[in-house]
Amino acid sequence: MENWAKSARAFWTAITAPTFWLIAFFIVPLSLVWLYSFSDKTGVTEITLDWNLQQYARALEPLYLGIFWKSIIMAAATTAVCLVVAFPVAIAIVFAKPSQRMWLLLLVVLPFWTNLLIRTYALIAVLRTNGFLNSGLEWIVVNCDWLLSFVGLGDNTIVGPFEALPLLYNNVAVIFGLVYVSLPFMVLPLYASLDRLDRSYLEASLDLGAGHVRTFYSIVVPLALPGIASGIIITFIPAMGSYLTPDLLGGTDSQMIANVIASQFKQANNWPFGAALSFLLMYATFFALAIRAVLMRSEGRGDAK
Amino acid sequence: MSVFSRFRNPEPIGPLDYTRRLWLQITVALTLFFLYAPIIGLIVFSFNDSRRNVVWRGFTTKYYEKLFNNEVLMMAFGNSLTIAIVTTIVSTVLGALTAYVLWRYRFPGKAVYEGAMALPIVIPEICMGVAMMVFFARIGWPSGLIWPFNLGSIMIAHIAFSFPFAAIVIRARLESFNRELAECARDLGANEAQVFRDIIVPHMKPGLIAGALLAFTLSLDDFVITFFTSGPETVTFPVKIYSMVRFSVSPEVNAASTVLILLTLVVTTIALRVQNRNNMMSGGH
Repeated sequence: MENWAKSARAFWTAITAPTFWLIAFFIVPLSLVWLYSFSDKTGVTEITLDWNLQQYARALEPLYLGIFWKSIIMAAATTAVCLVVAFPVAIAIVFAKPSQRMWLLLLVVLPFWTNLLIRTYALIAVLRTNGFLNSGLEWIVVNCDWLLSFVGLGDNTIVGPFEALPLLYNNVAVIFGLVYVSLPFMVLPLYASLDRLDRSYLEASLDLGAGHVRTFYSIVVPLALPGIASGIIITFIPAMGSYLTPDLLGGTDSQMIANVIASQFKQANNWPFGAALSFLLMYATFFALAIRAVLMRSEGRGDAK
Repeated sequence: MSVFSRFRNPEPIGPLDYTRRLWLQITVALTLFFLYAPIIGLIVFSFNDSRRNVVWRGFTTKYYEKLFNNEVLMMAFGNSLTIAIVTTIVSTVLGALTAYVLWRYRFPGKAVYEGAMALPIVIPEICMGVAMMVFFARIGWPSGLIWPFNLGSIMIAHIAFSFPFAAIVIRARLESFNRELAECARDLGANEAQVFRDIIVPHMKPGLIAGALLAFTLSLDDFVITFFTSGPETVTFPVKIYSMVRFSVSPEVNAASTVLILLTLVVTTIALRVQNRNNMMSGGH
């Protein structure tokens, strides 16, 4: 790498356009929101900047604190389910034959390239009252009933009549949807860290008499810990800030923080308050990223020695 | 991968042969089913000859015909493609310049600069969406311009979040460049512009293509940021699908979704092929 001053003209020619774009169309808009978060709504459209903290104070009221808390819980539940599902998948990919490995990875990542909105819509068709899942259950119930009628237990004496389960528009549906869209985020870091794992440790552990479960908890998990932490944070961050999934799959009580921000900017038309909420969400994101950076650095140091 | 493979190779399963253990195969199969069944169901039922979506009533393409005769939807599709194409071109240029600067130079405040470039990638979409909404309202961005200029605000927002992604992809490609080549060209009398055009850009090319395709899919797929930037007459395809989804589940939405899935799938396949060839080429020397 060379010092910029050695060919200053080329440096400035190259750096000007992207820097302008980043500042004018990203930093300035964000700064505007930041300024709004210290402002006050004084009329229908008037907003005056008076550097007060009342928007933040309002954001810390129990109602909004509760929504923040709920977003964290939902994101944490999503991350936990993803971890449990992704771990066996990552192990299967790592220990697959090299020719199969790329295909398995591709299969896991491919849905990630499909539009988020469309994937969420596909889940609506699965979960709604007369969706695939309820129709499947209905078919099972009706046929069980039919089979039972041969032994005189038909006509809904034991099973049925079938009632559609309310699978959509609740918190479980939101977590289901979030797991559906964030699974690749968990599989990839787990795969990366398991792939680097020295297999002779596993062989040694198995040779010395530990079972597979013991080997998993005493060898695999500690060695893959940086990857696990990375996966947890990478899954958690987008899940906490997600807007579309709770909006389409959630009920009236499954609003997450992004939905509240959106409604402050659209329906409620209280931009300063929405601005304060969105900066709180951003600070939470930065906090999570900082944890990840610290973990990554300690992992790097571990490799060096 | 499948259960049948145990019959084809009857050797005993080794201690680390986790992939050949049945419970793990079942877990993987269930996960893939979970990932793919909803999407495949959506595609299959876009050809179903029934409004009630769950029972198969025969093959039809009438919802695609409806789709192509739906003027609002087609206009939204045109808008999306226009935005994606402009975004792709500008993002690739800006991304290439960013990658070049970060790859070639040392300069004061570089770490901060790199951090700022990563911001559009890491901040929650909703925050960027409302920031764009506030920004365009505040500077009094003119509305009601003639097409395609009315899409300007969406294009600006899309470029702002796409070009840092393109920069990352292009920079990864530049890492395999032999800096001495550029030194040689300079020693032999080429000026900066010539070195960039004749030496750097040809090497960058696979990275440029991959970055461009990434920007294209990002732009085409974006809903949240567009939702906050678009006005009533600048509807994009995802925004239109969103309003249809809110209204009801219908075969038309399935058909529209299938078209979009197909388009992204084609672009992604090309991108993966380019990347693959990339890896093979850089592995060669």
